[in-house]
Amino acid sequence: MKPFRYERPTDVASAVALLRGAPDGAYLGAGTNLVDHMRLGIATPDLLVDVRQLTSDRIEELRDGGLRIGAAVPNSDLAADRTIRRRYPFLAEAVLSGASGQLRNLATTGGNLLQRTRCVYFQDLTTPCNKREPGSGCSMREGYQRDAAILGASEACVATHPSDMAVAMVALDAMVRVQGPDGERAIPVTELHRLPGQEPERDTVLNRGELITAVDLPPLAFAANSRYRKVRDRASYAFALVSVAAALDVADGTVRDVRLALGGVAHKPWRASKAEQALRGGPATEASFRAAADAELADARPLPGNAFKVPLARNAITRTLLDLMEGQQ
Amino acid sequence: MKTSAPALETRSITYADITLRVDGSDHRLTIDTRMTLLDALRERLGNTSPKKGCDHGQCGACTVLLNGRRALSCLALAVAYQGAEIVTAHGLADGEKLHPLQQAFVEHDGFQCGYCTPGQIVSAFGMLQEAAAGWPSVVTKNLNDPELVLSDDEIRERMSGNLCRCAAYANIVPAIAEVAR
Repeated sequence: MKPFRYERPTDVASAVALLRGAPDGAYLGAGTNLVDHMRLGIATPDLLVDVRQLTSDRIEELRDGGLRIGAAVPNSDLAADRTIRRRYPFLAEAVLSGASGQLRNLATTGGNLLQRTRCVYFQDLTTPCNKREPGSGCSMREGYQRDAAILGASEACVATHPSDMAVAMVALDAMVRVQGPDGERAIPVTELHRLPGQEPERDTVLNRGELITAVDLPPLAFAANSRYRKVRDRASYAFALVSVAAALDVADGTVRDVRLALGGVAHKPWRASKAEQALRGGPATEASFRAAADAELADARPLPGNAFKVPLARNAITRTLLDLMEGQQ
Repeated sequence: MKTSAPALETRSITYADITLRVDGSDHRLTIDTRMTLLDALRERLGNTSPKKGCDHGQCGACTVLLNGRRALSCLALAVAYQGAEIVTAHGLADGEKLHPLQQAFVEHDGFQCGYCTPGQIVSAFGMLQEAAAGWPSVVTKNLNDPELVLSDDEIRERMSGNLCRCAAYANIVPAIAEVAR
């Protein structure tokens, strides 16, 4: 591991200033992803700015009826929070379906959003990877494709985003609050992560030195009827092949409103807007759920090694929505 | 033929003076900032209770309690945990008297080679506290159910971050269940 300086500033402004003066520096949250990457040589910061004490580790009520999750809130606290469990159960389920108890106790809300892909080639320094080393090539396109994206990928990169938590947040239209060298701003979480395009090395739209300080969840009454379904190779402690975050509002057999997002299928948590559009105002039936899934997946461009993800996603979407129907009866 | 040692690459290694509180005792150390908590415990303090399995946060053998919560010491930088309360499997025992979880692992034959065992036991300790606090798991049927029962399925799910290459799971689950119920 490359040597680095360690700083623990006492406020966000100082942290931002420290990183501004260190082009190869990085913020350190719990480090569950970053420390591993430093050991592997994927990340080589010469300065770590410890930010765990700088942002809130609390979940607070907002005046509009939503909730503000401090960036330092551990994943385990987020999932255990009784208000989250009641108002946004799919967010608690998403967090609980990721990692292990030990990791959730360490990992922070901000860090979870910024974790990097688990693409095996990205994590193997001996293989070409455009995300790790721009211009070197993509090994997954010709290699082991089981974990590859089916939506929104590019010639340069077919990696997927690993977060479960972010998928539920994307379905909720959460807002990410950020502080950086140019002040504060709020970014819709649907726009935080990027598609790879020609710059797969950039996971997010964050500018250098910007620090996530909180995530705001807007009020969404029907999110009380929501579910996160994760399909993976093991029953526990594995990343998603496909996951579905859904919230459903049905009255008199008609879909009044719906939120749908997918994990494991793209370079970013994938908001299934086309499926949502197909569902709203239509009949709440298995056939229409399936048709809506097809509408979303019409854009899928699977590789030979992950073509199974298309029917898997279709079935997972349909099953999740059917489960939520039962929840409304 | 001229022989000379190759020049060492100039490196700016950074050291930090820290105090680690481990199993109730304070230890002052000067460490390289790159040192993980696991390495500090094992190599500097001689506490080999937490084990180095994968060193990537995947196996759970290095599990310790950090400020009362189970956590992976291989992914924690020691410099970031000065002042934290650290408890290892060694510290769970009361001198020579085993903790009930340790005793249960012995009685149920909850190990074969024993390498993952300290991590399993600390993880189980933390897990039981989480369940007592009403934390659900992903297999909990009703997220808001106040009456959480630690079924075998619940134990398996909550302990999934601790791998056992000897596959002693069939005895680990009953050992934990005995203490849980």
